[in-house]
Amino acid sequence: MRAAVLVFPGSTCDADCYRAVESVLGVPVAYVPHTATDLSSFDLIVVPGGFSYGDYLRAGAIARFAPVMAGLRAAAERGAYVLGICNGFQILLEAGLLEGAMRRNERLAFRCHQTELRVVNAATPFTTRFEPGETIRVPIAHGEGNWYCDEATLARLRAGDQIVFTYVGENPNGSVADVAGICNPEGNVLGMMPHPERAADARLGSEDGARLFQSVLAAWEERRAAAVAG
Amino acid sequence: MIKARVYVTIKEGVLDPQGKAVAGALASLGFEDVVGVRVGKFLEIELDAGDREDAAVRVKRMCDELLANPVIEDYRFELEPRDGA
Repeated sequence: MRAAVLVFPGSTCDADCYRAVESVLGVPVAYVPHTATDLSSFDLIVVPGGFSYGDYLRAGAIARFAPVMAGLRAAAERGAYVLGICNGFQILLEAGLLEGAMRRNERLAFRCHQTELRVVNAATPFTTRFEPGETIRVPIAHGEGNWYCDEATLARLRAGDQIVFTYVGENPNGSVADVAGICNPEGNVLGMMPHPERAADARLGSEDGARLFQSVLAAWEERRAAAVAG
Repeated sequence: MIKARVYVTIKEGVLDPQGKAVAGALASLGFEDVVGVRVGKFLEIELDAGDREDAAVRVKRMCDELLANPVIEDYRFELEPRDGA
């Protein structure tokens, strides 16, 4: 499996994502700049956190016009695994690859601390290594994580099992239905506000995030084995 | 030159955390008659264009494609009169 970590002007979590993929999975991983146009050689594409384009206008609003986004869209369409973390999630929402939109945190404070998440859907390529309903610990660091969608969209996401993570206990940002992460209908594109790359090493306080990356590798290996056998 | 003034606001029915915070601050300053606040964005766009109808079409496209997020924002705009009034 080959992984890419996209880097936009203002991305800050690219190095942590690179390190997490490298140390947890040991697979080839590359930084890919926002100017690249071809992502066809990658199986996992991580859109990292940070403040791309300064969060100007709206977080992720300008990143979605970067040259690399056409390649990202093509990758998502061919079934590559796309993981958007924090600003990455915001970019995927603005690009229409995931549904809903982000608002400022409900009480306006930038929330930067450990959270507990429930794994609502443990059947996505990103969550098979978790138990359904399991509580995991993953940190957040965001001022605009207040995910919103209308009633009809929420009903559709629920019906399609597209809600992947919710906050347990206190919702730090006011997101609709306590949503912390969602996926597309096919399940190969995941966006989440918490940072699994910061929960991939016991020295950081939690290793729960490591299993997210391991799930992706397992899904990729299974798909490849099926393709070879079939 | 044509100048467009674009107003982007959070849709009615979508919670506006910033508006709520501002309303609370106004109340604590003694402005108890404030029942609601919505905080939006104001953009001024200068277009090197001559035709007002064409400019309106282009500004609408700008709003639809970038300036407003249609999931949570509404917009309206006005074009400055040609004589700069």
